[in-house]
Amino acid sequence: MSAEATAKLTRKDFVSDQDVRWCPGCGDYAILAQVQKIFPDLGIPKENAVFISGIGCSSRFPYYMNTYGFHTIHGRAPAIATGLKISRPDLHIWLVTGDGDGLSIGGNHLIHALRRNVELKIMLFNNRIYGLTKGQYSPTSELGKVAKSTPMGSADYPINPLSLALGAEATFVARSIDVEAKHQQTTLTRAAAHKGGAFIEILQNCNVYNDGAWDSLTDKGTKADNQLLLEHGQPMIFGKNKDRGIRMNGMKPEVVPLGNGVTADDLLVHDEYDHTLAFLLSRMTPPAFPTPIGVLYSTERQTIEALMAKQLEDAVAKQGQGDMDALLNRGNVWTVK
Amino acid sequence: MATNPAGAPLEKPVQELDNVVIRFAGDSGDGMQLTGNQFTTESVLAGNDIGTLPDFPAEIRAPTGTLYGVSAFQVNFSNDTVYTPGDDLDALVAMNPAALKTNLGDLKPNGIVIVNTAEFNPANLRKAKYETSPLDDSTLDGYQSYRVDVTKMTTEALKSLNLPNRTVMRSRNFFALGVVSWLFNRPIEPTLEWIQTRFKRTPEIAEANTLALKGGYNLAENTELFASSYEIKPAQIAPGTYRSITGNTATAIGFVAAANKAGLPLFLGSYPITPASDVLHDLAELKNYNIYTFQAEDEISGVGAALGAAFGGAIAITTTAGPGMNLKAETVALAASVELPLIITDIQRAGPSTGMPTKPEQADLLQAMYGRHGESPVPVLAASTPADCFETAYEAVRLAVKYMTPVILLTDGFLANAAEPWLLPRFADLPDITVEFRTDPQGFFPYLRDEETLARPWVRPGTPGLEHRIGGIEKDYLTGNISYAPANHEQMARVRVRKLNLMTQDIPPTKIEGPDSGELLLVGWGSTYGSIAEAVVEAQAKGQSVSHVHLRHLNPLPADLGEVLSRFDKVLVPEMNLGQLVRLLRAEYLIDAVGLNKIQGRPFKVSEITARIDRMLEK
Ligand SMILES: Cc1ncc(C[n+]2csc(CCOP(=O)(O)OP(=O)(O)O)c2C)c(N)n1
Ligand code: SF4
Repeated sequence: MSAEATAKLTRKDFVSDQDVRWCPGCGDYAILAQVQKIFPDLGIPKENAVFISGIGCSSRFPYYMNTYGFHTIHGRAPAIATGLKISRPDLHIWLVTGDGDGLSIGGNHLIHALRRNVELKIMLFNNRIYGLTKGQYSPTSELGKVAKSTPMGSADYPINPLSLALGAEATFVARSIDVEAKHQQTTLTRAAAHKGGAFIEILQNCNVYNDGAWDSLTDKGTKADNQLLLEHGQPMIFGKNKDRGIRMNGMKPEVVPLGNGVTADDLLVHDEYDHTLAFLLSRMTPPAFPTPIGVLYSTERQTIEALMAKQLEDAVAKQGQGDMDALLNRGNVWTVK
Repeated sequence: MATNPAGAPLEKPVQELDNVVIRFAGDSGDGMQLTGNQFTTESVLAGNDIGTLPDFPAEIRAPTGTLYGVSAFQVNFSNDTVYTPGDDLDALVAMNPAALKTNLGDLKPNGIVIVNTAEFNPANLRKAKYETSPLDDSTLDGYQSYRVDVTKMTTEALKSLNLPNRTVMRSRNFFALGVVSWLFNRPIEPTLEWIQTRFKRTPEIAEANTLALKGGYNLAENTELFASSYEIKPAQIAPGTYRSITGNTATAIGFVAAANKAGLPLFLGSYPITPASDVLHDLAELKNYNIYTFQAEDEISGVGAALGAAFGGAIAITTTAGPGMNLKAETVALAASVELPLIITDIQRAGPSTGMPTKPEQADLLQAMYGRHGESPVPVLAASTPADCFETAYEAVRLAVKYMTPVILLTDGFLANAAEPWLLPRFADLPDITVEFRTDPQGFFPYLRDEETLARPWVRPGTPGLEHRIGGIEKDYLTGNISYAPANHEQMARVRVRKLNLMTQDIPPTKIEGPDSGELLLVGWGSTYGSIAEAVVEAQAKGQSVSHVHLRHLNPLPADLGEVLSRFDKVLVPEMNLGQLVRLLRAEYLIDAVGLNKIQGRPFKVSEITARIDRMLEK
């Protein structure tokens, strides 16, 4: 370990010398700030951290982190990061992607990175729009979205990133919001500590092409009514006056006002380890429901890189370290005098 | 049975031949590949030089007896150097009517054909689209036909074992192999030994195959089926230790050897595709050689994962065939931009699109050269024979790490599956591959280049003090920081090309087979090597002024090639495409090279090249 790493690192150590070039007011700044803030406390030597991204505004992220970084091509970052992680399990790899990058062109790679449980910390910045290509609708845009490429409104239905991640057998699934600094810090810190791949959807405002997409969740006046803050072991209560909750009605969740005989005991209690519950939470969308924020799901399963490393070890234990001359001479060998 | 007065079988005469081309053909369930492989082994152990050509149907399990379900394996064995699996057949083994129908056209006049009469029943004849049985009409006139009821004789030979009929039927290929082994004086001991090891766990099958093989051999020896047998004397082969190797296995272990030499792990990212999958299979079995094999979700992920591994400091490769090559193009351009070593192996097959996946073609050359966006030069190498796949794969890695660049390696479906004897190298004698990762932060810039190679430093993430970012966006010539400066982009585009061209310093001078000037030069690349070489050797023997250059390095081309070409009056470029190398040569050297093009999913016959040589030399 370097001398630098033994000395306590600070936020500054993770700030690169590059100018940050996002539009003024872009939500990406806030996310960058939170990541730089938590990194000194993660105990990861700077040289062991790698940021990998695809293409999009958000994917410029690696340039701004003073760690190793690889800004790759549209949608393919999960594949590239998977190869790196398998061959270098010692590295802490963070992946930055957008809703277009990760769910459109790169949807397939994302699914497979999650099911393989590659230990990548995947941050998907969801602004429900294509930023870098200047304002086309994205796979998370709502049906009917009027954007540059859809003057009459989009005719395709949005994808639900958290349902997708859960369906892909992700072992850690969470959601946070760009402007919620503290919440982001705790969520990202937990993702970093998770033993396995982590998927964090971060709701992010593109103030140029889709300003206010998450207003109802971020405006002081309305956010308490629209956010459902998840805490493991706690009943699901929300609302400005903490006066509403989520209750199960048979197999279906419903929003109920507290009081009139309905107490916290009647409410759903969050259990991070329950996959069915996590999926149910991922399906809760406005306007019928508040939007769940926090860790929906967490479980442990061996990572692909650990399984593969073990296979290499076992092969050596069983067959001995590969001998090159033996390999050359394998099979049908004969000698001509 | 002919007997001498003492009652022992007559000693039959032995005729000497220089070389024989034989093809085993049968239904895809008949085990013809195995038979061909065993016959090959017997032949190399008899001291012959050999060339082989397996040819199997595209269907996994085609319905039995159909014309498209025929599986064949051709062996050329000789007392002289063998360059190809051979043009026309001296001998054909046809296990059913369909096999006869599809292969008889390749048999020379008066050639030997051995048929399994048992399969010539009405149903099979119909499937093979024969109106009357070729055994009864004039189809076999003009050939030496030998009719053996292989099915009945195998049953007889195995009678004592009381095996189910299915097992008996599956031994028929060994019976046929026994017959042919006797006919060409091949030792059957190696096959008997092989049977013992292969079927160790199923002794009854080992026994069945043993009895079938011996049964066939004895039948040929003891009956009047054949009047004589043939002998092909051992070839003059350079002393040393040999093994029979296919191109795909040679490619795989070429990579392993290179990674071992560099002392680094090998990482393969790949998605299954014919005819490339065997490289993945071979490497997957070698995990104790520090090899990661990652079966990706698609080709894009395969090459992406490999590029990620290259970033991490592994010897990184990806393998595919034509359709997968397209998918990888964007990532290869990224690799060219970030200047990381990565080997992209394209085991070409007939296209476009899915084309004829089990048949070879050389039509991806221009894709390899230019199939990317922007100015993204990538070195291109091609292997010429199955064993040469080893050296070329090794060379690809050597150049990639020395110059910090992606390298494309071209082989094809013919090289992939064909086998030849390979004079084994010693690991210690292979060229050095030294990798020095940069660890010194003093004066470090991600794009600071080595003066001799123009390579940028390779830094493993995890190295303190060298944290840096790379990416596909254009970067400053030195610092690697994003730069859109117009002059900088041109400088970067030019330096990437300059680096590629510099590589000629590492390429040996062009090897000319034959005189180094004259009337006609044949220039080839890839798997056409054998056919061209043999045609040229024949032409030279006839006193024609013909030479041969076979290119391994296609991008950059060898520095002296232009000068070599200028020493010949005419240049002929045989290729299994519609003229891709010939275009490059015409563009690069402004010469009037002409193409000889074949695009049938099968290799050139020597005679096809010979005919063209003769025409070109007509005054
Ligand atoms: C192969 C390829 N196709 C298309 C593009 C163009 N492109 C760049 S970014 C982008 C969409 C980015 O949207 P998103 O992932 O949501 O990121 P944001 O810019 O909103 O952060 C597209 C279509 C590209 N760079 N490469
Ligand atoms: S376009 Fe949108 S997402 Fe991109 S930098 Fe500007 S505000 Fe941010």
